[in-house]
Amino acid sequence: MEKNSAPLLEMRNIKKDFFGNQVLTDINLTLREGEVLGLVGENGAGKSTLMKILFGMDVIRETGGYEGDILLNGEKVKFSTPFDALEAGIGMVHQEFSLIPGFTATENILLNREPTKTNVISQIFGSRLSTLDRKGMDRRAQDAIEKMGVKIDPHMVIGDMPVGHKQFTEIARELSKEQLKLLILDEPTAVLTEQEAEALLNSIRSMASRGISVIFITHRLHEILAVCDKVVIMRDGYVVKESPAKEIDVPEITHWMVGREVDAVAAPAEPRSHEGAKNILSVRNLWVDMPGETVRNVNLDVKEGEILGIGGLAGQGKLGIPNGIMGLYEAGGTVEFGGKSLPLNTPRACLDASLAFVSEDRRGVGLLLDESLEWNVAFSAMQIHNKFLKNIGGIIKWRDERAIHKVTEQYIEELMIKCTSSRQKARELSGGNQQKICLAKAFALQPKFLFVSEPTRGIDVGAKALVLEALRKFNRENGVTIVVISSELEELRQTCDRIAIVSGGEIAGILPATRAAEEFGMLMVSKVK
Amino acid sequence: MKTKHSFQSKVGQLVRDNSVPIMFILICAVCIPLSGFSPSYLLNEIVTRMGRNTFLILCLIIPIIAGLGLNFAMTLGAMAGEIALILVSDWQIWGIPGVVLAMIISIPISILLGLLCGKILNRAKGREMITSYFISFFMNGVYQLVVLYMMGPIIPIVHDSIKLPRGYGIRNTVSLLNMRQAVDNLLAINIGGVKIPVLTFLFIAALCLFLIWFRRTKLGQDMRAVGQNMDVARDAGINVDRTRIVSVLISTVVAGFGMILYLQNMGNISTYSSHSQIGMFSIAALLVGGASVEKASIGNAFLGVTLFHLMFIVAPSAGAQVTGDSMTGEYFRVFVSYGVIAIALVMYEAKKRRAKSNASRLLAEAQKQGKEERA
Repeated sequence: MEKNSAPLLEMRNIKKDFFGNQVLTDINLTLREGEVLGLVGENGAGKSTLMKILFGMDVIRETGGYEGDILLNGEKVKFSTPFDALEAGIGMVHQEFSLIPGFTATENILLNREPTKTNVISQIFGSRLSTLDRKGMDRRAQDAIEKMGVKIDPHMVIGDMPVGHKQFTEIARELSKEQLKLLILDEPTAVLTEQEAEALLNSIRSMASRGISVIFITHRLHEILAVCDKVVIMRDGYVVKESPAKEIDVPEITHWMVGREVDAVAAPAEPRSHEGAKNILSVRNLWVDMPGETVRNVNLDVKEGEILGIGGLAGQGKLGIPNGIMGLYEAGGTVEFGGKSLPLNTPRACLDASLAFVSEDRRGVGLLLDESLEWNVAFSAMQIHNKFLKNIGGIIKWRDERAIHKVTEQYIEELMIKCTSSRQKARELSGGNQQKICLAKAFALQPKFLFVSEPTRGIDVGAKALVLEALRKFNRENGVTIVVISSELEELRQTCDRIAIVSGGEIAGILPATRAAEEFGMLMVSKVK
Repeated sequence: MKTKHSFQSKVGQLVRDNSVPIMFILICAVCIPLSGFSPSYLLNEIVTRMGRNTFLILCLIIPIIAGLGLNFAMTLGAMAGEIALILVSDWQIWGIPGVVLAMIISIPISILLGLLCGKILNRAKGREMITSYFISFFMNGVYQLVVLYMMGPIIPIVHDSIKLPRGYGIRNTVSLLNMRQAVDNLLAINIGGVKIPVLTFLFIAALCLFLIWFRRTKLGQDMRAVGQNMDVARDAGINVDRTRIVSVLISTVVAGFGMILYLQNMGNISTYSSHSQIGMFSIAALLVGGASVEKASIGNAFLGVTLFHLMFIVAPSAGAQVTGDSMTGEYFRVFVSYGVIAIALVMYEAKKRRAKSNASRLLAEAQKQGKEERA
């Protein structure tokens, strides 16, 4: 595919920061016509940001633009909206479907680009009153479907389609654009079955042979090797490795992806073994319908008194596990807690059984933002366990303001929460301190078992250490079993006794926290689908 | 055995999907013999009311396609129609020319009101129905200001017969005697004692043809897209806000025409109350015809107008027969129209929830199958 002319796409020294937080540094990329480039990296490595820059997404402009140059066919371009990028021949298939459920595949493929027939009225009142040319639509949709090389029914309504076919409809929509030169596929195979994924790979090959370049983002590494000409591996905002696909293999890619040198890592703090302890929580065949974090079949035993970490790549289902068990998303399977079966889909039952959950969605479900810190800390405990209530005459219950104040002050001190007073509004705190309030709220419930989801997401290094230390302390001093779910493997290795890795909606393996990062890395991609 | 089961479940589905029309068919079936009306009387009444109301009901369909739900603000169009008719009757232009002129005058007023309403509804995405309901209350106040105080001093009104005795403002009732049923009677034919207002039905047929044609235009397609998912439509480059405003605009203009046709049939305007219930009754009729908040067809409009008004006709006298008090039936029909709207709104929510849990179940099954495949 070597050509002497300028490459189709060249990105030079791309830099991007979000409010001082550098997410991309000196990215250089070239892509020739008809070439397939595989882009891999852990979550947060900067793949999505890079693609957003290329596609001219609004979020990039709103956060101060980017540095560096993008060249298309040797000419410098700067897209201010996705429509400009489309105009220039770049198409993107996003992870979330962008389809009208009640329309047929044909109607979706040609959405807002329908061929029309003019009539008398449209000549007077404008082209929007032209009637649709149904035959022309059928023909163009059929062309696009053939170009893709996967059979889908053009007259089927999207709402009735299996997920895979929706994905193919999206791809066909991009292919129906005649100017398309470069197609970005962001984890297209995540929702496909084996056969469908195979069909997609074939279709990528056929697109490439027609001269369309493809950027293929996926966590399924064998797919990259099967279809790509070139692999680019990103980590922490840098391109760490660029190699022809023929000269690299899966273990090597994993190594580059996870890649932190082992010596730089602080050893886990006093990992303990709970071999003999009884299982406090047993999960069997759990499935959870959490959009984007689907859990397919999880079997997991948590020993009493330990800190168990759950890690894995985004979208593989690790967040779905606590959300499903705690009843926030529709779930099935069996969960036993302390020998008793725990009903699913009833959050109240979990709370009554002394389970607590610190959600990853702090602002959504974690905090009452417009209430005081005291309220935030005490509210759940008051509602669920009748704590902080004074009983007068057995009928009327008063809040025990003094007790609430005392316990809030205590947690503010212990967790070093920065605030003006315990009566400050939760909204006014920084992200890290809000996270600490969420922990304090869970601690105030005095649970036997605590799920903590993404405890350090979006907070700075200092706060991170404090939050993790608080968790360890709560575990050691009160004997509470804790399950920490986190995208950051290092943080799990520092905090936990054992780490379970979720991949493809299942537990890929459980290892002691002392094992090497590469071993966890291999588990992370082992069942990705 | 299996076919029988699926037949049964199909019938069950049919009944569930059309529970409201079926309920009304049953009510009418009970009330008709009780009322003691002759079939030809009933037929005559229904044909009259169909001519009178169908236009007003059809105006609701386009906002439903565009995802705005039931357009309670169709009363804005009705007000525009009334103002146009008041002016025309003051200018003493009667008969068909009067009706046509009133329609022409109503268009700019309707467009203005529709634009305003559409802009407000764009700021209240997801809460269009309650917002449009309150817009209609608010605009009723503005309408009263115009009719009660501005007509006379600012908008010239010549004839004392429609002015209040104090010298400005419009009387409670404006007589349209000279254009009463002008449209209905022209070209009317009589079949077996049933008068059929052919010209009115031609108007309605033209509107139906317009709606059918409109669905096939680019704009109609855009409206369907916007109605189902605004974000996707926006990503595809459709101007969502503009499309929604156009849908409200068309609805308001059609409602204005509909009100003029309605009032020429009645023969007089109740200046301060004609429009106030028309929205409610039109929406109730459409829902009785089997429409929902997100789906409505021309067929729903015709079935609805027939069933709803059949009940309107027979309920009072059936009530009188049973309880000896005609107020019971009167009470019953108002109560039913509010009830139907409430039920439709609740069923809409319930259906959405059921669809969601169904999706979850399908996902679980798909996963189970996927597991077996892999195993």
